[in-house]
Amino acid sequence: MSNSDQTFDSRLAARHRLGRLFGLVCMASTWFVIGLLVVLLMSIAWQAAGWLDWGFLTHFDSRHPEEAGILAGLWGSLWLILFTTLFSVPTGVGAALYLEEYAVNSWLRRLIQVNLSNLAGVPSIVFGILGLTVFVRMFGLFGSQPKVVAVPLVFTTLEIPLPLGRTVIAAALTLSLLILPVVIVAAQEALRAVPSSLRKASYALGATQWQTIRHQVLPAATPGILTGVILAVSRAIGETAPLVMIGALTYVAFTPGDIASPVDIISHPNGVVEAPFDMFTALPIQIFNWVSRPKAEYQHVAAAAILVLLVVLLVMNGAAIFIRHRFQRRIRW
Amino acid sequence: MTINFEALSEVAQARPSCRAEGRAGNTNPKAAKIETRNLSFYYGSNQVLFDVSITIRERSVTALIGPSGCGKSTFLRTINRMNDIIEGTRHTGQVSLEGIDVYAPQVDVVALRKRVGMVFQKSNPFPKSNFENVAYGPRIAGTRNKRELARIVERSLKRAALWDEVKDRLHDSALALSGGQQQRLCIARALATDPDVLLMDEPASALDPASTAQIEDLIFELKKNYTIVIVTHNMQQAARISDRTAFFYDGRLVEMEKTTQLFTKPSEKQTEDYITGRFG
Repeated sequence: MSNSDQTFDSRLAARHRLGRLFGLVCMASTWFVIGLLVVLLMSIAWQAAGWLDWGFLTHFDSRHPEEAGILAGLWGSLWLILFTTLFSVPTGVGAALYLEEYAVNSWLRRLIQVNLSNLAGVPSIVFGILGLTVFVRMFGLFGSQPKVVAVPLVFTTLEIPLPLGRTVIAAALTLSLLILPVVIVAAQEALRAVPSSLRKASYALGATQWQTIRHQVLPAATPGILTGVILAVSRAIGETAPLVMIGALTYVAFTPGDIASPVDIISHPNGVVEAPFDMFTALPIQIFNWVSRPKAEYQHVAAAAILVLLVVLLVMNGAAIFIRHRFQRRIRW
Repeated sequence: MTINFEALSEVAQARPSCRAEGRAGNTNPKAAKIETRNLSFYYGSNQVLFDVSITIRERSVTALIGPSGCGKSTFLRTINRMNDIIEGTRHTGQVSLEGIDVYAPQVDVVALRKRVGMVFQKSNPFPKSNFENVAYGPRIAGTRNKRELARIVERSLKRAALWDEVKDRLHDSALALSGGQQQRLCIARALATDPDVLLMDEPASALDPASTAQIEDLIFELKKNYTIVIVTHNMQQAARISDRTAFFYDGRLVEMEKTTQLFTKPSEKQTEDYITGRFG
């Protein structure tokens, strides 16, 4: 055997050992994190045991922990999900389309791109202050006493308070700003993933840029955009700091628009129009409030609310995964 | 004022003496003559085409051959202005279709591309049904009538020799077709807009010999009604299907000749070296 052969053989076993060791370290890290999450979930479930029942979901907050429920917080969060999605999707997708399809690759575009990524890292409380000034108080332009602007619609009248005040809409607008950078970046990634061969084929057939975007690029990018939006909104739902700044109420015995169940939407349709301009609370606010109360039982109530919040997040993430899976089966490049 | 190519072809039809070579029975007013004059093309500061002057005749197949990177594909793309999509491109000289400079400011590039169809090297059907793929061109041009679209789709698929294979699965995904079928679908798609000219950038290079033979037969049939310009690396293919061949080298047009003559008795030594395989 030559010298190099000898060295090779003696080192070979050690090299394999090192490889296996590295693999074990990676696996251990993963199990550690999973373990932490399981411990966290178990401790919450343990604390919430017996406190999470149907009554919990249908009652308002109370000074008696056994009667406290998250009805107000749940509906507040649901309205926030709706309006945040409504505001952030057109703006975010529009901006992404502009940056990817229309803008020329100039220094200005690069500047916007860099700042966009930076915005995603700004602490949420800063957005809270922004929302307070711009949406809640509207720079003080309308004074502190709200004047109501009545906008007649087909079956009802929209009553918009100016300034918006501590309403669902002001909070939704603030949260939309918060997640906008994430939505834009996710949408951009989805648009970039559409192969250029598709665009070329469309142009070569005599399509305008808008037709190419509408018929080829957007449909192909939709699953990616949807997934990004759902993940961004699910992040917004857990945000407490901006809502605190906006002034979400903490002890609330009503739901926005007085809609406390799906039945109410049918029996009291006016509530749908009033809800955005109503005051509100949200799940994270309610949780935070309960945790801070002196009575020990409220810890259990808070734990139950945390479980509800986790279920909401799980449902949203599950929807994102489902959409991604379904569309990936259809589009095969 | 944008140039109306429809009106233009009527005018051209009314002046039979100006049509090339006095072929008897110019029954098809489609198929247009392409001419470039002193065309130079630049990607930014990089010049890729040098002073190319060429005439491409109607209802014939013109092959563009040459080594990789010699500018054939770039030249092809100037005809339907697909280079416009790339940032930083510019040109000097003229590219004209039926006598009109395609880069003139009055020319609507969307109308031009309806007139000049393109088939790419790698087939790129849309992730839609076979029907929707072929109907896309006419649909975006404004055809809404379902029966009309169905008629156009059937006609285009028949012209692309794909109708029999696809007629029972018109609404299945185009991505389920084989490579050769997908490329014929792309040809049908390009034919659906009723173009005068068909530009083909190495249409069979990604296909197996059987599919390649089918595409070549198809091109032979199509040249009766369309002006076809085909870029190819395969000299045997050029020899098989084209009427005239242009040899490009390093961005310059070295020689353009009747195919039979170019491949047997080329005038330039460079051409001879290329076709005998001494380089490229």
